[in-house]
Amino acid sequence: MKLPVSASESFVEFAGVQKSYDGEVLVVKDLSLRIRRGEFLTMLGPSGSGKTTTLMMLAGFETPTSGDIMLDGARIDSLPPEKRNIGMVFQNYALFPHMSVAQNVGYPLKVRGRPKAEITERVAKALDMVHLGSFAARMPGQLSGGQQQRVALARALVFEPKLVLMDEPLGALDKQLREHMQMEIRHLHERLGITVVYVTHDQSEALTMSDRVAVFNAGIIQQVAPPAELYESPANSFVAQFIGENNRLPGRIEAANGTLCSVVLANGDVVTATLTDAARVGEECLLSIRPERVKIAPPGGPLDNHFEAVVAEMIYLGDHVRVRCVLDSGADMVVKIGNVEDRPVFAVGSRIPLGWRAQDCRALDAA
Amino acid sequence: MAVTALEGDAGPDVDRTSLKTKLRRAERVNRVRSFSLVAPLLLFVLAVFALPIGLMLVRSVENTEVRETMPRTIAALDGWDGQATPGEDVFAAFAEDLVQTQKERTTALVGKRINYEVPGARSRFLKAGRLIDAGGGGPWGEKFIASDPEWGSVEFWAIMKRAGNTLTPYYLLTSLDLRQDAEGAISRNAPDQSIFIDIFIRTIWISLLVTLATLVLGYPVAHLLAILPPARANVLMILVLLPFTTSILVRTTAWIVLLQSNGVLNDILLALNLTTERVQLIFNRFGTVLAMTHIQLPFTILPIYSVMKSIPASHLRAARSLGAGPLTAFVSVYMPQTLPGVGAGCLLTFILSLGYYITPALVGGPQDQMVSYFVALYTNREMNWGQASALGAILLLITLALYALFNRVVGIDKVKLG
Repeated sequence: MKLPVSASESFVEFAGVQKSYDGEVLVVKDLSLRIRRGEFLTMLGPSGSGKTTTLMMLAGFETPTSGDIMLDGARIDSLPPEKRNIGMVFQNYALFPHMSVAQNVGYPLKVRGRPKAEITERVAKALDMVHLGSFAARMPGQLSGGQQQRVALARALVFEPKLVLMDEPLGALDKQLREHMQMEIRHLHERLGITVVYVTHDQSEALTMSDRVAVFNAGIIQQVAPPAELYESPANSFVAQFIGENNRLPGRIEAANGTLCSVVLANGDVVTATLTDAARVGEECLLSIRPERVKIAPPGGPLDNHFEAVVAEMIYLGDHVRVRCVLDSGADMVVKIGNVEDRPVFAVGSRIPLGWRAQDCRALDAA
Repeated sequence: MAVTALEGDAGPDVDRTSLKTKLRRAERVNRVRSFSLVAPLLLFVLAVFALPIGLMLVRSVENTEVRETMPRTIAALDGWDGQATPGEDVFAAFAEDLVQTQKERTTALVGKRINYEVPGARSRFLKAGRLIDAGGGGPWGEKFIASDPEWGSVEFWAIMKRAGNTLTPYYLLTSLDLRQDAEGAISRNAPDQSIFIDIFIRTIWISLLVTLATLVLGYPVAHLLAILPPARANVLMILVLLPFTTSILVRTTAWIVLLQSNGVLNDILLALNLTTERVQLIFNRFGTVLAMTHIQLPFTILPIYSVMKSIPASHLRAARSLGAGPLTAFVSVYMPQTLPGVGAGCLLTFILSLGYYITPALVGGPQDQMVSYFVALYTNREMNWGQASALGAILLLITLALYALFNRVVGIDKVKLG
């Protein structure tokens, strides 16, 4: 895999890292990844994809079966977790229930033997930073989920680590609070200039927060890219499917012409699509089109592809309407229509004209 | 509400009462049903637990032997001023009572009761009984005193009079190595008769040793149980629980086989040349604490285990990631969280140990017998149920006091059994 970050820029580097728990199955397969100083990198993937294992290896709780992990130019494979100086926020916060908020936040300073006055001062500063200045004397059990999350954040930041790891830190919060905390973490990252490695299985969280996202599946990084690139130019059908909504049309690539190719669908219809590295001419492929890029447009416009489809279902979602229709090839196609005042209304069973651009339609591997 | 508002000011209050009545009526069926489910156990506990304890507490101060067997004497002593030897009326009543007790063969019973407080009283009563059997008449005073000058003792009659009360502090006082003289003043018993305080201290001390030993041995096992993968933890759990499937008697006897002078352990020690002569491992304090620790281990382990099981593994990891070494993380983050379990396990083992009887009786020496042994002794051999009950009552009191102390220091609400 090519590494978009050069060795000199790299702050954290995984070089050919493998991990197996039982000596039979590799949970992480040949992982190579460089993370810039000050970057917010998210590891995204379904459960069991190896993202948390990767994070635990970086934190020092798991040892790589082979390969190297470098932090700031030095190998850390043999360094125990407490010597790595990496802040970590856990899934369920892992606040110590027998210590007050202040004691929790002061813990990393206390075990480092800092003087009492300094601890008090830095704890107060860290709590102010997460807007919990007045909660110092409370016990964790008396706090709401969001407040506990902030305490965990303050505790991971108070000793000024250069690298902070977050393992699905917002998983237990409700939607509104989660979105609020996403922005708060993002702002803290910008303000403090720390490097953050963030693990989540929530793709929208990954897109909103990250500088770059590494998509994991089956122990392999499928793609590392900034959110916009990930969404608009997925490298393979797994990424296309995992990030955002996706229409999939199975077909076969007949011919290629530069970046474009023509793909024949099951019923013989030909689609003009963008050819990617994941697919080859003459092979089966999967076309990927985002629902919001499919237009309801009669032929003759500027769009490269025009087909008719039968409306199967109209789903009202407030800000938009989803029209599920079936193409003549038998493939399902979902179209998103913004809920504007003059939006069209279709009867179920009626035929409507659809169209999309070749550059919005990517030919990916058939897997 | 809209309707009641139309009915005027009195409306809401009337409604509230009727609402309460309605609620009570609706809940009554449920209450009756749930009570009827609990009732069998409640009655069982009352009958076999609360009632016997209550009776035992009563028996520790109950004192009816003398009043029931010698009612005339006690009535006559009512008028006695306690200054000089009682008059002929008392002796005549006493003689009349003795005629009755000789017939009913209860003279020895009264003699035994008085004997607790006046050594030698039993034989004196029996002798007096024979005097009555010989026949003849009064004046009884001279006759009794002639047979034994002690019958003229003011002190004796004072104690006799006091023994006629239905309640007595005698047994409780004796359990605390205290005595009450004829005038009613309380003083310490003679050192050669003071054994019970030592026994209580010994009981508490052995229980503490056992509690400490189970904690030191059990804590790592509980931790292992909590962190092992389920398959292996289950095997270990079976090993921990295995002793429960064997009776205490069998396990204790097994220790005798292992530890006796010609036992397995001594053979091994000799074979390995670790000792040159056989070591006394049993019938002493060591054997007692060892066997009791073995029996009590699961009681300490299980509450600690169940609390440890509830501590997320991420806490230790969080502590490590925050810069604490493995030991610091364990001591400052893990151990404080196990305290509720440690408290529960230790309290359970300590209180159970206080009542041990069979194990110290089998593997302990004379210096290792605990309060329960003496309770059994007074119940079965001495037939002095008052003394047995008083020892039991004091042990119960000590247990409750320690429990209260524990509650004050640790807080019983913080204790978790599971």
